Amino acid sequence: MSDTHTAAVMAADGTPLKARLARAMFRRKLDAFLLVLPLLVFLMVFFLAPIAWFLSKGFHDDLFATEMPNTTAALADWDGSTEPTEAQYAALVTDLIATRKTKTIGKVATRVNREHSGARSLFTSSARKAAKLDAPFKEALIKTKKAWGDIAVWQGMKAASRTYTIGYYANALDRRQLADGSIVAQPEQRQIHVKLLIRTLEISLQVTLYCLLLGYPIAYLLATLPNRTSNLLMILVLLPFWTSILVRTTAWIAMLQSQGVLNDLFVFFGVTADEARFSLIYNKLGTLIAMTHILLPFMVLPLYSVMKGIPPSYVRAAKSLGATNWTAFWRVYAPQTVPGIGAGAILVFIVAIGYYITPALVGGQDGQMISNFIDFHMRRSLNWNLAAALGTVLLVVVLTLYWIYDRVVGIDNMKLG
Amino acid sequence: MTSGQNGDTFVEFERVQKSYDGEVLVVKDLNLSIGKGEFLTMLGPSGSGKTTCLMMLAGFETATHGDIRLGGREINNIPPHKRGIGMVFQNYALFPHMSVNENLAFPLQVRGLSKSETESKVKRALDMVQMGEFGNRRPAQLSGGQQQRIAVARALVFDPELVLMDEPLGALDKQLREQMQYEIKHIHENLGVTVVYVTHDQSEALTMSDRIAVFNDGVIQQLADPETLYERPENSFCAQFIGENNKLGGKIVGIDGDTATVEFDDGATCKALAVNCGGVGERSLLSIRPERVAIGNSDTPDAISARVLELIYLGDHIRCRMDVHGHNEFIVKVPNAAGHARLNVGETVHLTWEREDCRALDLI
Repeated sequence: MSDTHTAAVMAADGTPLKARLARAMFRRKLDAFLLVLPLLVFLMVFFLAPIAWFLSKGFHDDLFATEMPNTTAALADWDGSTEPTEAQYAALVTDLIATRKTKTIGKVATRVNREHSGARSLFTSSARKAAKLDAPFKEALIKTKKAWGDIAVWQGMKAASRTYTIGYYANALDRRQLADGSIVAQPEQRQIHVKLLIRTLEISLQVTLYCLLLGYPIAYLLATLPNRTSNLLMILVLLPFWTSILVRTTAWIAMLQSQGVLNDLFVFFGVTADEARFSLIYNKLGTLIAMTHILLPFMVLPLYSVMKGIPPSYVRAAKSLGATNWTAFWRVYAPQTVPGIGAGAILVFIVAIGYYITPALVGGQDGQMISNFIDFHMRRSLNWNLAAALGTVLLVVVLTLYWIYDRVVGIDNMKLG
Repeated sequence: MTSGQNGDTFVEFERVQKSYDGEVLVVKDLNLSIGKGEFLTMLGPSGSGKTTCLMMLAGFETATHGDIRLGGREINNIPPHKRGIGMVFQNYALFPHMSVNENLAFPLQVRGLSKSETESKVKRALDMVQMGEFGNRRPAQLSGGQQQRIAVARALVFDPELVLMDEPLGALDKQLREQMQYEIKHIHENLGVTVVYVTHDQSEALTMSDRIAVFNDGVIQQLADPETLYERPENSFCAQFIGENNKLGGKIVGIDGDTATVEFDDGATCKALAVNCGGVGERSLLSIRPERVAIGNSDTPDAISARVLELIYLGDHIRCRMDVHGHNEFIVKVPNAAGHARLNVGETVHLTWEREDCRALDLI
């Protein structure tokens, strides 16, 4: 035993065994790497790189700096509170003329408008006249539009000129970066994102809870029935899974709308009057009902697979030891299903938190979730930077919750099947 | 049916029938009395109804017909948790999310015992199975044999009068199984608890039991102590199922008292003890244990001639396969004792046995 510590073990040909082993292991690792290489390249090119590029938009915005280089340079040393100088006005006029020629003035105007509303028309109209202006440009500009004397417009430009900015993240969290770099809360009526995020978490949690309450008994039934019957029932559970999500959501509209099947039945059985039909859809309730239905299989399947692995002898043993049905369930059966509950809950929650199409169709005003807002900024307001910031915030929230879950429950306790 | 060894019946099955599908009876008209303190084994091949009987006794299955009584009380309608019967399961069924101590404390907690009483009982039960130091382990951290001990301790910790064991040693290797057989037997002797044990392993049944009920096809074929069961099987099923057995088929040509004369298909005859055979003219199976056959001389009265087909050397004995009047699976165990007969393949020898050891039984 002792000589193994003093001398390295040699392979048959005299080289140290460790070196031989390392070489053999390297070959195997290389083989494994080559096997996944095509997929890795595919993912990098079409998935990871675009996402990284897009997320970088959340803090990187060089539109103003590229299109208005003179103004950006003139504003670089400005402290944001003193009166703008003639040199700065001159730089602005030069850039306005240039952007009008390259037809990028619209983009620049939109960009500054995000920092200072009303700036868009100011920029576009002044750019038209900029070529005819003569020095001194300060008086000339203020003469065309009085607003050019307003220091807030300049503060907006200063904010837009920052290439690397936390302005979009501040916006995503209902804050706003002032010209001097400080962060303050948005005015009351513009604080929507945090509320939206909280509502998103709340809806996801509720959906997770309802899925658990509805899914647990079903999974139990499936796991305890004889195989032939449970296979049939399993198809019923999976059937909605195989149907297009759009079809299912549309079906819920037919079911739940005020002239829909459910309300007709309520009226027919006298539960409610014809004039006072329940509003079950185009609100938060609609989102909850439709999402719970759609995400239910995500809860049932992990629960089922865990429950299927619990032999009936455990509950029998508990009963033979004197436990009532309830005690046997609560103290012996339920604790063993915790891995399934954990897996199902985290699956449903994470899918729910990014849910988009169902709330968009049945959510109405108060059933909208953060993904719907990201979509709005992607396709309507075209503020991709804010969309990227909101997406990143969502990602961070999910990862944080996942981390907390790992610390509290333990990912090892999760069992997907 | 006779009741248990010391006379007072503790568990009683009376005309119990069980069917799962309403077409086939898994248990057909079962009558069985188990005495207090008895170790009774239900032995049989799989599907013979033995486990169903145990589950009916435990309360996990209900009898389709008939009564089951425990200590004179009908228990058909008493739920399992109120029966107070300890049970050891085939896969041990130790709760994986609880430590050994918590597993043992479980039956005491649900009975509302005080904390100190629970602790002392748990400790006593663990000491009984020599597992006192393993209280804080989880079941997954124990070996199969250790889990088995804990399962036995858990079934006994709340002092039940009756303990059921459903093939508890099935998952253990041979050596450990034999050791556990003795331990369970000793625990039974020390505590005086009534045990109903289910197994398909006949040597396990012979080792441990006071009495064995041999099940086949939902019916008890024979209920007797191990010695009687082995030495005097009452039908061909018991003779075949327990221990090694030679069977010789033939036709009964004469019955004189309890002696039957049987004629083999080649015309040779042989005398046997008439146990469970029909009258003259009917066919019967003769059953002889291999170790009861001796190799004799041609001048021994009633000797049967046989031809040696195969010899297998097994150390303490030599296993000899012979052709006896057209039956070529006849086994004789020749003890490897000083001066034993030398046999050669192809040679013709003469076999003798006591008349009582050759039992004329029914056809299977």
